[in-house]
Amino acid sequence: MKRTGIIAAQGDISEHIEAVNRAFGEMGVKGEGVQVRSRNELKRIDGVILPGGESTSISKLLASFGLHDTLINRAEEGMPIMGTCAGSILLARKGGSEVQRTGTRLLGLMNMEVDRNAFGRQRESFQTRLDVVGLEEPYEAVFIRAPAIIDVWGDCKPLAKIDDYIVMARQGSRFALTFHPELTPDFRLHRLFLSEL
Amino acid sequence: MGINLDLSRFRHGTELLKRGFAKMQKGGVIMDVTDAEQAIIAEEAGAVAVMALERVPADIRSQGGVARMSDPKKIKGIIEAVTIPVMAKARIGHFVEAQILEALGVDMVDESEVLTPADPFYHIHKKDFIIPFVCGARDLGEALRRIHEGAAMIRTKGEAGTGNVVEAVRHQRQIVRQTRELRELDDEELFSVARKIEAPFELVKEVAGLQRLPVVNFAAGGLATPADAALMMQLGVDGVFVGSGIFKSDDPAPRAKAIVEAVYHYDEPEVLAEISTGLGTAMKGIEISDIPEEQMLQVRGW
Repeated sequence: MKRTGIIAAQGDISEHIEAVNRAFGEMGVKGEGVQVRSRNELKRIDGVILPGGESTSISKLLASFGLHDTLINRAEEGMPIMGTCAGSILLARKGGSEVQRTGTRLLGLMNMEVDRNAFGRQRESFQTRLDVVGLEEPYEAVFIRAPAIIDVWGDCKPLAKIDDYIVMARQGSRFALTFHPELTPDFRLHRLFLSEL
Repeated sequence: MGINLDLSRFRHGTELLKRGFAKMQKGGVIMDVTDAEQAIIAEEAGAVAVMALERVPADIRSQGGVARMSDPKKIKGIIEAVTIPVMAKARIGHFVEAQILEALGVDMVDESEVLTPADPFYHIHKKDFIIPFVCGARDLGEALRRIHEGAAMIRTKGEAGTGNVVEAVRHQRQIVRQTRELRELDDEELFSVARKIEAPFELVKEVAGLQRLPVVNFAAGGLATPADAALMMQLGVDGVFVGSGIFKSDDPAPRAKAIVEAVYHYDEPEVLAEISTGLGTAMKGIEISDIPEEQMLQVRGW
């Protein structure tokens, strides 16, 4: 039984649990998505997802409830980790001006710089068909006040781009997506992540 | 910032984007603010968004007069001051206030009974807008009428500006009870319920199957303490709005932070006890039966 934890601080947690359960089903693997709110729960899972939400709120809750350091330790032990939208910001080593201005504490697990709200406000939020390295057909990607990955280095590699802006990157078994694969009924990207467990 | 992209080739303002935006607020606290300084306190406390309005409900209640959309200058100041989403209130039916808020870059409009209603017949046709709307409801029928008009998020109406959570509890319990009652019904019975609660049949049927509203559902109206916020979470809401409760209290910043943490730890009494300690005096509050009928905000809208 593979257990994938969804960090349940703030954001669209139930959507990720549903997506994980459906993806495991499609893969024919026994597994489930579970909420993670404590250090002990963090120790009993095989992979972890940082959901979408507000990165400022999530980072404060991670820090004040002692999940921040344990998450870093677990990832360094090799536990696969995926961050979507706000979650992708927290995975970054460097944040742009909005991240710095709000004093958001990043986990620093991926060699990339991420700019928050890079495409604009909700008025500018958008959907588009996205080509992703490794997927045969394009992916319908939902960008909500989305960040953009403006730089990657070392072993962090881009998997999807919109013009010059990276919107998905991978570093070993760590994945950053600046959009929301949990909001559409296409579980290919969850499967890509879960196959690392 | 300063991204160099032609975004016009993409799809904007879809229902998925509107409802998706609301989902990103789940498990969070949205705080009423009247200016940039309050917005910064809210962001630092961990609010997921701020709600811009001219006066907090407690002041609207005590000062009277027509309550309108906030001054665009104030809204611009708030948008510049914080990085989290900025919502703002428009009067019921006042679609031009909503158009102005969209033009200002506001992320979500609250078509709110806290302001003086502008249209005696109709709510705003919310599907005409790119940005999403949140609306108040007292029962399932009202919630589904708003969703049918395009609302991407529902909140309880409660009784704003009272510091008294009883009406928010009443409205949430009512929605939960009515949802539960749909569970065993067949289509003919659902159709009869739809007629009775004046809601579209398709939405009633969807709720019967989902056993919850098809959009995010928050608590609002009278929440003043961390315990109030946790109470509403235990009653099944997805997050909370706090209005006068923060900036009408003795010491807003620690109270704001405590309410954020209470929403996270809503089902852990020991932690709630710790969070609730030493916050100073909450806003005074009003007994609902002391409010004259014509001053009740929740009866505005239909």
